[in-house]
Amino acid sequence: MQEPILVLAEHLKGELADITFEMLGAARKLADQLKAPLYTAVFGKDVAPLTSQLGVADSVFVLDHPQLDMPSADVAAGLLKKLVEQKGVSLVLIGGTNVSAGIGPRLSFRLNLPFVNFCRNIRVENGSTIFTSQLFGGKILSDVRLPENRGVVSVYPGSFAADAGRSDKKPSVEKVDLPVEETKIVFKRYIEPEAGDIDITKQDILISIGRGIVSADNIAMVEELARALGGAVCASRPVIDQGWLPLSRQVGKSGMTVKPKLYMSFGVSGAPEHVEGMKDAGLIISVNTDPNAPIFGVSHYGVCADLFDVLPALVEKIKTH
Amino acid sequence: MDIFVLLKMVPDVVEELVIGENGKSLDPQMLRVKLSDPDEHALEQAILLKEKHKGTVTVVAMEAPEVDEILFTAFAKGADNAVKLTGDWTGIQAPSIARLFASYFSSANRQLGSQALVLLGSQAIDDLEGEVAPYLAELLGVPYIGVVTGIRLDEENKKIMVMKEFAGGLRGEFELPLPAVLGVQAAEKPPRYVPVAKVRSVMKSSHVETLEVPPPEGIAGLSIDRLFTPEAAGKAEMLEGAPEEASARIVEILAERGLLGR
Ligand SMILES: Cc1cc2nc3c(=O)[nH]c(=O)nc-3n(C[C@H](O)[C@H](O)[C@H](O)COP(=O)(O)OP(=O)(O)OC[C@H]3O[C@@H](n4cnc5c(N)ncnc54)[C@H](O)[C@@H]3O)c2cc1C
Ligand SMILES: Nc1ncnc2c1ncn2[C@@H]1O[C@H](COP(=O)(O)O)[C@@H](O)[C@H]1O
Repeated sequence: MQEPILVLAEHLKGELADITFEMLGAARKLADQLKAPLYTAVFGKDVAPLTSQLGVADSVFVLDHPQLDMPSADVAAGLLKKLVEQKGVSLVLIGGTNVSAGIGPRLSFRLNLPFVNFCRNIRVENGSTIFTSQLFGGKILSDVRLPENRGVVSVYPGSFAADAGRSDKKPSVEKVDLPVEETKIVFKRYIEPEAGDIDITKQDILISIGRGIVSADNIAMVEELARALGGAVCASRPVIDQGWLPLSRQVGKSGMTVKPKLYMSFGVSGAPEHVEGMKDAGLIISVNTDPNAPIFGVSHYGVCADLFDVLPALVEKIKTH
Repeated sequence: MDIFVLLKMVPDVVEELVIGENGKSLDPQMLRVKLSDPDEHALEQAILLKEKHKGTVTVVAMEAPEVDEILFTAFAKGADNAVKLTGDWTGIQAPSIARLFASYFSSANRQLGSQALVLLGSQAIDDLEGEVAPYLAELLGVPYIGVVTGIRLDEENKKIMVMKEFAGGLRGEFELPLPAVLGVQAAEKPPRYVPVAKVRSVMKSSHVETLEVPPPEGIAGLSIDRLFTPEAAGKAEMLEGAPEEASARIVEILAERGLLGR
């Protein structure tokens, strides 16, 4: 039998995040294979009501504390370290999200255990657990093992089904009393996304552009296509970071999640951070010069060609249709 | 403000990545490298802060292919000092890299003062452990925030207000004292462009300091079993033919689904 596995439940603004259930689902399967107990921990302010949704775990440890409104990575790592030591935990799963960024490395440092980032799959082979991580934006995968299955693992969002982590079962909840460390980091306020001129989450048709568009001057061509189709233009992160389009047009992990009837992409590679925000679109058509671009893996139709050839041809065909 | 920016070269993923014969790392022969994207933003953010509040920008990098050009480009953009650490880095991993930088910042004349800010890229694409920044913060005993998309300094030059990105466009504002370590995801403005001619002329007038550093001992990182390329999900039906033909097919598909003439 293996020592317990612990999932750090992630929540933001009073709601549990999907990643919590994705991790719980994956950890449940692993715990059953290794015959290990599955624990989950919820730290925060007014978080006690969230515990009722965590029945997939064998035990839920909750710490409700006024100072934990938005715990910084050092405070969260401090609490986890104590809990891991108290409960004899061997493996800790933490969300690979912006919200939880930084907790994993700090915890691994303090526990002197290895840290695995970008974990997308977990499997057991002859009693040893193998973690598959993505490297290079998902272009390469790597298998790693942890000595004695001990370590801290950051789980990449969208890698596991969230449904497997949900249950109506009433969890066994234990209030834990851990000292909350002082921190120099003060959370001031949330900054809500600016409305922007167009709400891309409400559009039926989105034309998406990526780094392949090369320069802001080329966006006019894309806008022409969007007009011809009655849709709006959105983009991957590099286009936004270059200042070519406003932040309100960003699709993906740190941008918007969209679900239009049609999502056409031009020069977007399909990095997991982008795909996370658009994979559920009704119809996905992608144009990319690279036949192995991961975007083709989530598209219904693909065109392996230069977007600068396809764009004008397509506008022409629509106009004459 | 004394701003330090750590710069790292990573494989350019626009190129095809080839796994080496050992199956555990990329084939260095086939690799094209570039400055890690978030690092370019960290540098831009540093220069924006310097322009606003005065002070110095020092870029620090570990020796790597083509890193000199990056250091001179940083000069051309407005950095004041550049340091290249040299040594035997075979197989070095994130925890040791953090230790190496920690010892750099702990040595006699380089301790982080009350005006110091260390900027790193939020996360590079090429290493399994990642997150040198939080390790470094732990080692130096200073506060750290990652996924940063904006930094402001208060009037007394003692505290910074940091914007951190969550999801769905939601961000949070945090306040923390200097010295601090931050992982930058994006600068407030797009990274500036400098013409090659300017970089060339800077090469003649500026000097990169080199510093030999012994590799830190005894911190084993993760051991990789194997690297492999993901199986192409192969979901898309590829539309063949010239752009005109493919476009005609797209128009048919859209028409069939009632997505035209809206
Ligand atoms: C914390 C974090 C959050 C992130 N959040 C997001 C997010 O919200 N949204 C997001 O999109 N990304 C996000 N990213 C970035 C993400 O990892 C990728 O870097 C990004 O999605 C890549 O954008 P891209 O596809 O436009 O560029 P690239 O990956 O550079 O791809 C460009 C593509 O264009 C193709 N191309 C080039 N020229 C042409 C041409 N003439 N015709 C056709 N095709 C061409 C190339 O073959 C390539 O596939 C995030 C990353 C991190 C670390
Ligand atoms: N070898 C290195 N040389 C210089 N900076 C580095 C190095 N490794 C990591 N860094 C810094 O740490 C950041 C995060 O890298 P990583 O932890 O590898 O994801 C990078 O963006 C750099 O700013």
